[in-house]
Amino acid sequence: MDPILEIKNLCIDFQTNRGIIRACDDVSVNFNRGDIIGIIGESGSGKTTLASGILKTIRAPGRIARGEILYHTQKGEIIDLLKLSEHEYAKHRWTNITTVFQAAQNVLNPTLKVKDHFIETAMAHDTDKKLTKKKILEKAAMLLSQVRLEERILNSYPHQLSGGMKQRTIIALSLLLEPDIIILDEPTTALDVITQWYIIDILRKIHEETGITMIFMTHDVSIIGSVVDRIGVMYCGQLVEYGKVEDVFSKPSHSYTFGLMNAVPSLKDDITKRKAITGYPPNLLELPKGCRFGPRCFLSNDGVCKSEEINITDMIDVGNEQLTLCPHWKKVKEQCH
Amino acid sequence: MSLIELNNVDISFASKGKKKGSVNALVGMNLTIDEGEIIAVVGESGCGKTTLGKVIADIYRPTKGEVLFHGKDIHKLSKKEYQEYRLGVQMVHQDSYAALNPNKTIAQSLILPLLRHKLAKNNEEALDILFEYFNEVGLNPPELFLEKYPHQLSGGQRQRILLARALSVRPKLIVADEPVSMVDVSLRISLLNLMAKMNQKYKISFIYITHDLGTARYIAAHGKIMVMYLGRMIESNKIQEAIKNPMHPYFQALVAAVPEADSRRSEFAKELPLRSLDMPDLLNLPEGCKFHPRCPYYKDICMQEEPKLRKLNGGIVACHRAEECMKKTETEE
Repeated sequence: MDPILEIKNLCIDFQTNRGIIRACDDVSVNFNRGDIIGIIGESGSGKTTLASGILKTIRAPGRIARGEILYHTQKGEIIDLLKLSEHEYAKHRWTNITTVFQAAQNVLNPTLKVKDHFIETAMAHDTDKKLTKKKILEKAAMLLSQVRLEERILNSYPHQLSGGMKQRTIIALSLLLEPDIIILDEPTTALDVITQWYIIDILRKIHEETGITMIFMTHDVSIIGSVVDRIGVMYCGQLVEYGKVEDVFSKPSHSYTFGLMNAVPSLKDDITKRKAITGYPPNLLELPKGCRFGPRCFLSNDGVCKSEEINITDMIDVGNEQLTLCPHWKKVKEQCH
Repeated sequence: MSLIELNNVDISFASKGKKKGSVNALVGMNLTIDEGEIIAVVGESGCGKTTLGKVIADIYRPTKGEVLFHGKDIHKLSKKEYQEYRLGVQMVHQDSYAALNPNKTIAQSLILPLLRHKLAKNNEEALDILFEYFNEVGLNPPELFLEKYPHQLSGGQRQRILLARALSVRPKLIVADEPVSMVDVSLRISLLNLMAKMNQKYKISFIYITHDLGTARYIAAHGKIMVMYLGRMIESNKIQEAIKNPMHPYFQALVAAVPEADSRRSEFAKELPLRSLDMPDLLNLPEGCKFHPRCPYYKDICMQEEPKLRKLNGGIVACHRAEECMKKTETEE
């Protein structure tokens, strides 16, 4: 397998008045080139923090405490993104690694026309000053047709577009510099089902055509379940499970994954089978001892695991490239399917 | 006699922008809600779902038509009767943070309506009532939550508090406007089950407004579903039957667009049965059937004549060609 991003022991801290919150705790994971990866978890589980960590856009009071993010460029170089200076990172941000933010509708500048967004972005990253406006606009029109928008919207202001159209514009904008990796943070939240389907369909086609690596961050697994290759599950800042999507669905090795899959409302199967996970996620300032999911886990309730005695450090390989944080994963596999 | 009845309700909002005109948020809406009934209202954003909820709760006054409470027009009720109606119809909002006063503790916010409506004589009695309902909605122990401020609670907890607040004045109907769309997926089902339980236990009717068909099925398992498009009701039926056999082409597209988490259960829909994915301009609606510019099955009649609601398959639908559409989807499958 050809990795594109290797994240090693990434820790991101936020200083608050009442103590330090570790919003991303010792996350280690490899993303392969050309894959579509989904990261799921509840709000506050650290998905967006992880995305900001990769993009190195963490600002005070947050800071990256330790870890490495190794980026394999197309030429085969290996770069530790976290060691780069702000100026050096700017060469990679948006040219190689881009993002579509949560609530992207608010990302566009209301006083600039759509075409100015494209020109400004391209010019800012054009170090040789070779590009002309005409060339940029040609490229922009091509990208807009890729996201199924007409060329005329280049002359529109953001307020003249609907939410779904703005989201598509931003996807086009993020593809302008032909990046390697695109990080999509809740790309369809706040859009209704038909627009949501459309955006996912567009992204799927773009992936087919360009083979770009995509990383989806979302709390709603149903949106991405049928599109992604690999799926990671986050809980309280930790990555608790990572593996191929079929394995994670059919043979989860962490009881949180199982609970989450079982809690998603569905249109088809028996409604009595669906159950919410009991309890609430803990406060990140007062984390339970040992396993963080322990107080809500059915294994712990069954007496299989004394969650406060478990010391969790590394992820365990359960075979077939599936990784889990739960030492009792065999029991989980037996009972959850 | 039905609890609430809407007779030919129209609502239009004047547009004051460059393009003068009016947006018809509701057109000829007829709806009856019986005691203990659950109705799920679904549709895209901008189709008038929330406006409908607000008309039922008398936050918007209809431009035309009337709203009946126990058979009487709500704008012709005596003061006492109107108060009974107001207490009887409660709302649960989408944004639980905006719905609670950030400067007051939960107890301060929730005791006030009980005293105002003389459901409790003093603070102690009011607290007793709140304790009972907090236990009911799964906020245990209640004293832990009553002394907190809204920002100290999670979204799921705040949403439960809103439900407890609505329940505490013993309503007959709760209008729940996207109550779970801002709650984490892992907790959604427990809230939906809670509402279904309240419906069984206190015989409270629910209007559940949502754009998420998946959740509609959980709360309204034995109830009705109503599909809206551009301010019009276009289909209504028993929920299980409606999802199994959607009649209106718009509803068929809506059902097809709902993603399924587990890729083993269903594939990502390759295509949606729609000609266009964008809604028409609200100020400049098409002639005839309002859906025909997006409908893959349209014929000449659809461009000329707006279809009326008619009975079909145990429910009602507003489409000239519903029979053919249903047959087409069957053969495709």
